[in-house]
Amino acid sequence: MELIFAQVLTGLANAATLFLVASGLSLIFGVTRIVNFAHGSFYMLGAFIGYSLMQVLPGMFGFWFSVLLAGLAVGVIGVIVEICVLRPVYKAPELFQLVATFGVILVIQDLALLTWGAEDVLGPRAPGLKGIVRIFGEPVPKYDLAMIAITPFVLFGLWYLITKTRVGVLVRAATQDREMVGALGVNQAWLFTGVFFLGSAMAGLGGAIQLPKGGADLLMDFNILASIFVVVVIGGMGSLPGAYIAAVLISVLNVFGVSYLPSSTLVLMFVVMAVVLMVKPYGLLGREEVAGEHGQVGEPERPIKPAGPKVRLAVVVLLAALTLIPLFGSSFLSVLATDIIIFCLFAASLHFILGLGGLVSFGHAAFFGGGAYVAALMVSYANTPMELALLLAPLGAGLLAFIIGWVCMRLTGVYFAMLTLAFAQLLWSLVFQWDEFTGGDDGMVDIWPAKWLAGSTSYFYLTLILGVGGILFLRHVAHSPFGYALRASRDSSRQAEATGINTKRVQWLAFAFAGAMAGIAGGLFVFSKGSIFPTELEIARSFDALIVVFLGGVKTLSGAVVGGASLEYLKDQITRFEYWRITLGIIIIVVVILAPEGIVGTARKVGERLGWVREQEGLR
Amino acid sequence: MTNINMLKLNAVNSFYGKAHILNDISFSIEAGEVVSLLGRNGAGKTTTMKSIMQLVKPKDGTVHFLGKDITASPTHRVAKMGLGYVPEERRIFTDLTILENLEVGKQPARDGLIEWTIDILFDLFPNLKERRNNRGKELSGGEQQMLTIARTLMGNPKLLLLDEPSEGIAPVIVEQMAETILKLKKEGLPVLISEQNLHFARIVADRAIIIESGSRKFDGSFEELEAQPEIRDAYLSV
Repeated sequence: MELIFAQVLTGLANAATLFLVASGLSLIFGVTRIVNFAHGSFYMLGAFIGYSLMQVLPGMFGFWFSVLLAGLAVGVIGVIVEICVLRPVYKAPELFQLVATFGVILVIQDLALLTWGAEDVLGPRAPGLKGIVRIFGEPVPKYDLAMIAITPFVLFGLWYLITKTRVGVLVRAATQDREMVGALGVNQAWLFTGVFFLGSAMAGLGGAIQLPKGGADLLMDFNILASIFVVVVIGGMGSLPGAYIAAVLISVLNVFGVSYLPSSTLVLMFVVMAVVLMVKPYGLLGREEVAGEHGQVGEPERPIKPAGPKVRLAVVVLLAALTLIPLFGSSFLSVLATDIIIFCLFAASLHFILGLGGLVSFGHAAFFGGGAYVAALMVSYANTPMELALLLAPLGAGLLAFIIGWVCMRLTGVYFAMLTLAFAQLLWSLVFQWDEFTGGDDGMVDIWPAKWLAGSTSYFYLTLILGVGGILFLRHVAHSPFGYALRASRDSSRQAEATGINTKRVQWLAFAFAGAMAGIAGGLFVFSKGSIFPTELEIARSFDALIVVFLGGVKTLSGAVVGGASLEYLKDQITRFEYWRITLGIIIIVVVILAPEGIVGTARKVGERLGWVREQEGLR
Repeated sequence: MTNINMLKLNAVNSFYGKAHILNDISFSIEAGEVVSLLGRNGAGKTTTMKSIMQLVKPKDGTVHFLGKDITASPTHRVAKMGLGYVPEERRIFTDLTILENLEVGKQPARDGLIEWTIDILFDLFPNLKERRNNRGKELSGGEQQMLTIARTLMGNPKLLLLDEPSEGIAPVIVEQMAETILKLKKEGLPVLISEQNLHFARIVADRAIIIESGSRKFDGSFEELEAQPEIRDAYLSV
């Protein structure tokens, strides 16, 4: 009993940090509708800045002053990001901004590396709160008690600000209808900036205040990202009390998980999230989301058309050039081209569900990695020949997508995205922690292609046939009646229902189909590398595909392929630099700002203006 | 004071994408005047309102308010200058209470004009007073319409733009609405009111402007309109 009480206290103390950071994310999302992936980076910056300040400001006063200053400093950094990176893209289609925030993550990672070095930093102990207190005989750190005590005041302060002040009223009004708030004489741009300041400052505070418990390191941005997203989603996006309840729930469960089910710790959080969302689709205290109610849908889509003769000719020429690579290029080039084709197929499969289906998935890596693991497991445990394993990969991934899709289909918008993320993380943690079966962190090795395909040249041709075939098949389906039904469900689900389309079923099947196609890419990947590691299931992998689809152009069919090829090639080129992240991050941000319709979409607009491309009929 | 118009549109052209919605719209409103903007569905009334508020930026032509060119100014600045806008779709904040909705619209008092306070507005719209702590989504259509007018009046506007206030509400409320507009007129507040209902417009307005397919077809008094029944028949569905 005493132990349980002490564990609850530990959980509550951990919940403090989680709540501070997550409340900032929730606030920013609630008002601006921006899914800010860089929020974890703000948290990391808070920790490092707080650490540096604590080195110069002595004593108890210095410690707490450093925490506050770190919060303010990160708030200012958040404002800079909002003004320089996000303001130019507010008018872009829904969720496009998240690509920009991903660029910010990369930039901040390298800036932090430059400033504080690669070494982990041990946080200083808080002066005056160094010892422990015995509660029912169990030792509890004094600092834990301080954090438990502080959190409710922060919650109350934020709650008061949002519900009782004029600023809070304006913020809530802007959450619902920013244009109308502007028409009533409020400069909503600064309201957004203010919210970004507050939200970022909360992340910075969270980072600084946890220093005595956790220190600071360069991985903490991604490490906290999944947890705060889970907290915000479980609590209900935009709800502060919800975020607090969820933070406590997750943290306390985690403490018990560590003690009683140590191998389940990573999985637990996502199981809780999946269960909550299945029972309460909009989180514990969340509000139902109506797609497009925030006026962020953007311009109506132009209907996509089958490629004309010129484009077909270009594709044939490109394919011919590709088949010549092994004859004239180096084997290194063949390997690079193999990687690029695989990645393009993966991105094209995501585009199918995201662009054509209008369903934003944050967890598409589950099917890429899933397909790869199915193939690897079959080869390792059942000695399955490569040909059969390559067939089982899409089947396995498709089945997985079929099951996950069935659960996720009841949600829409950002909640759908979050639930897919949760399932992808669930799969990742399962693979990561089930060492005996999947090899855990060490991955699975020695999975080579059949003899007749050994060597980079022959495997390149296999990839070319299956990869390009897969991409063309995705295009073909987009122009089939099923593709029409899918696009109809995206553009006007009511109208589609009224014409007899079972929209949910069409979307569900499309999700499973996209998963299966990602599975082919995963299968090809595992045999090209000869190994597979859990990193292929990570959030970062899903984000790669998302970025590529958005950068290439969501509203164009070729966008995913062009974006995929560009990013994979770019990565190959610039990862040779020491500070490649900042380079890639800045490139991403610049592309987002200059080409808000993606590379292909913007290129087409420019072409139309110059008269190179025939204009399509305007919408009347 | 020299004789400047409250509001003056000069050859305004507005587009949605490539669709040309307003075609050389010109008219002006003088102090103390209530003007009705008449036309069928899709004639361009709402786009005219939005082009005045700069919610739709005119591609060509100018909008002057109190002698200042407001074309392409940010909407919030236009509102701050004293243009009060009541949108057709009402767009009240459904998650906010009536009192909070009014708070959003609040702006400082202006010299020489009456200052609209919550108490005065509750006298004008007694229904709102009873339900002041109810959320926007709990109100009836008529109550929402009153709230959206009250919310805009909280900004102490110098000129009020009312976009189809009588649409979609019960006849008894329409009558109340007419009385309210007449009260506002008595306070000396100029109003531009868009309407499909000629009968309603004639009760509240001094002058009629008729637009059809984005072009101005008539600008004059109701007596003049009466004298030209062919205009009424051609451009208004009676």
